[in-house]
Amino acid sequence: MKNSLNREIPDGLKPFQSSSDFRHQERRLIPEKSPVDQSLFYPSLEAAFLAMDIKPGMTLSFHHHLRSGDQVINQVGELISKYDIKGLTLAPSSIFPEYRLSDLIIRQNITQIVTSYLNGPVADTIAKGHLAGELIMQTHGGRARAIESGELAIDVAFLACPVVDKSGNGSGAYGKSACGTLGYACSDWRYAKKVILVSDTLVDKLDSYQLDHSHVDGVVMVDSIGDPAGIVAGTTKITRDPIGLKIAEDTATLLTELGVIRNGFSMQTGAGGTSLAVADAVKKVMLKNQVKGKFASGGITGYYVDMLNQGLFEHLYDVQCFDLEAVESYHKNKNHIGISASEYGNPFENKSAVDRLDFVILGATEIDLDFNVNVTTDAFGKIIGGSGGHADTAHGAKITIITSTLTKARIPIIREKVRTITTPGSDVDILVTERGIAINPLRTDLLEKLSHSRLKIMTIRELLDLTYAIAGKPKEIPSGKKRIGYLEYRDGSVIDSLYDSPLY
Amino acid sequence: MMQTADVFGADSVIFDLEDSVHINEKASARNLIKDYLLGHPVLPSKVILRVNAPDTADYSFDLQLLDTLKIDGIMLPKASEKSTKALAEMLKRKEESLGRQFDIIPIIELASSFLELKNIASVKGVTGLLLGGEDFCSDMEIKRTREGKELWFPRAELAIVSRALGIDAIDTPFADVNDDEGLTQDALMASSLGMTAKAAIHPRQIPLIHAVFSPSNDQILWAKNVLDAEKKASKNGLGVFSLDGKMIDQPIIKRARTIMQKAQRYEVGVPENEE
Repeated sequence: MKNSLNREIPDGLKPFQSSSDFRHQERRLIPEKSPVDQSLFYPSLEAAFLAMDIKPGMTLSFHHHLRSGDQVINQVGELISKYDIKGLTLAPSSIFPEYRLSDLIIRQNITQIVTSYLNGPVADTIAKGHLAGELIMQTHGGRARAIESGELAIDVAFLACPVVDKSGNGSGAYGKSACGTLGYACSDWRYAKKVILVSDTLVDKLDSYQLDHSHVDGVVMVDSIGDPAGIVAGTTKITRDPIGLKIAEDTATLLTELGVIRNGFSMQTGAGGTSLAVADAVKKVMLKNQVKGKFASGGITGYYVDMLNQGLFEHLYDVQCFDLEAVESYHKNKNHIGISASEYGNPFENKSAVDRLDFVILGATEIDLDFNVNVTTDAFGKIIGGSGGHADTAHGAKITIITSTLTKARIPIIREKVRTITTPGSDVDILVTERGIAINPLRTDLLEKLSHSRLKIMTIRELLDLTYAIAGKPKEIPSGKKRIGYLEYRDGSVIDSLYDSPLY
Repeated sequence: MMQTADVFGADSVIFDLEDSVHINEKASARNLIKDYLLGHPVLPSKVILRVNAPDTADYSFDLQLLDTLKIDGIMLPKASEKSTKALAEMLKRKEESLGRQFDIIPIIELASSFLELKNIASVKGVTGLLLGGEDFCSDMEIKRTREGKELWFPRAELAIVSRALGIDAIDTPFADVNDDEGLTQDALMASSLGMTAKAAIHPRQIPLIHAVFSPSNDQILWAKNVLDAEKKASKNGLGVFSLDGKMIDQPIIKRARTIMQKAQRYEVGVPENEE
């Protein structure tokens, strides 16, 4: 069966129609988890694990706020291995290279994985075809929607929580493993059949918390839930690469010419060096023209905290803190507001953060002549990421801009057709590269506004031809033969399939 | 870096074989430039080669790169009237055999060069003069400062001679690549004295230099309005007319024409009047 983007998808699943198809659908909500009278404190993670009576076929969920430093998912993994429970579905919001799940996949303790982003050994193990069931990749907002609708039914959520109080309330704001907001855990906490908070800091009473004890079945205190070095990065730096800086400057000029950097505007960028360079270039325009924005959202870095503190934004809407400055600000500044993944990007959420964005700056591993973007697989079919909030923000924002060099390691990023569609081209408006800017022909309004631009506006085909002239046309690497999973769009429809990598 | 030399919007890119290349690496550098010029499909809009001084053994080897037919001009270090004329003679022979012309851009970086400035600038083929601030200060045994007061006179003289002969007056680079404000002030100073361009030593300096030396949207719009009004006035037989309450005469019309020529040269689009 093929979907509207001509991608082969598994029979029996809902094919992707369009990025706005969800507007014709009803929001489905399963009943929230019944309130618990009292959260139980278990003497060990093993005691809690056994008390949850975990059986084959169950779904266990985790969040990824502790990122590379997360030890909770590994500790639960060791218990799955110890009790050799087979046929589990694991639903972490993301999977990092440090997560030791490969052996569990090979031994079929884990037979299905639902997540929004993964790379490293687990991704490689799946790409080699070792996962007995399928890998289902969602967007951050789509995961929240799938949980609230019951499509992703979670039996037990093991939620790492940097600080808990004696009533069972939990927060990420401080503690020795502080990670800031726990936005990705909120849906799990609200809808999972059982919720266990795993923490290494206990206080008598928390004045404010994101996870209320009423949905918490159990609390476990462990020595450490995470390695602080892996939880938050050091201060994220703006790139000094001249190419990255040129792309950033051109992007800011483009935004200025489009007239979107004006009082009350809202924006989101990633946390990488070039994304921060765009933010920096936008900041300079704001200072020069005395512009004050409404909010910045998404994963928040110290750079945005500085902009908030300088009065350049009224609020930060933070679904994930990326560095220590962001964690500190989230803890202390009332205008730095933690939001859930649902409030961030659930298509059915009223006034989600992504729907209120004026523009978003995103990356791409590949982008094709129809502006479809791949951030899931590389040129060889290896899984190297996933949507995260890519497809959510691309749809919600009024203007979606991809910034990228024309080649990465001599491999062109513009392709005739991307290997995997993560974000549909109908939601991608502009590609900014070091040698030219391409506007999606669907956005005639933007083309009109930029008709007298000083910037080098080209068609995406012209940019592709230029890339071929510089780097040559790469030999096509065919997809693998075995389907290993699929990508769900935000509304749960299937936008593309995943195949094993021909590399293996 | 060489492979992306075309992307930063410089009006020309100077490939240096002189001071930035160690004496033992000169041949390798020439090979690298040759391979790039012959192999890369996209080159900067103008390619300038800064060669070694004429009294070095590398000078003649450097000039052999002209045979690639990808070089638009030669930048001559520590230029004198004699060395500039000698280069022009040599280039004339090359031009005859290769069937194309080459620009000469002498670098004015010695006190003695200023004594010969007009003669250097008058040599056939010279399309611009570059002020070499560091070497000039070194030759003069004076300190190079951020404010650049020590360069007022050389800048002004170079700018006047260049203007009189209709060639570019290219300002010396600003050395601190992290000091955006210093660069802008330096460029404004040079521009105010009549310099028409400025060399950059890092890609991030290019937009800041363009911001100073390219005509702004407001200037272009003003110039367009002046020239449009002049057309109407000319039809009515008026030599002097008013625009927005201000008298417009020939010097102002000439200024408007110069701005439009610069806009065309720098490929700056003409903005539309706001309704």
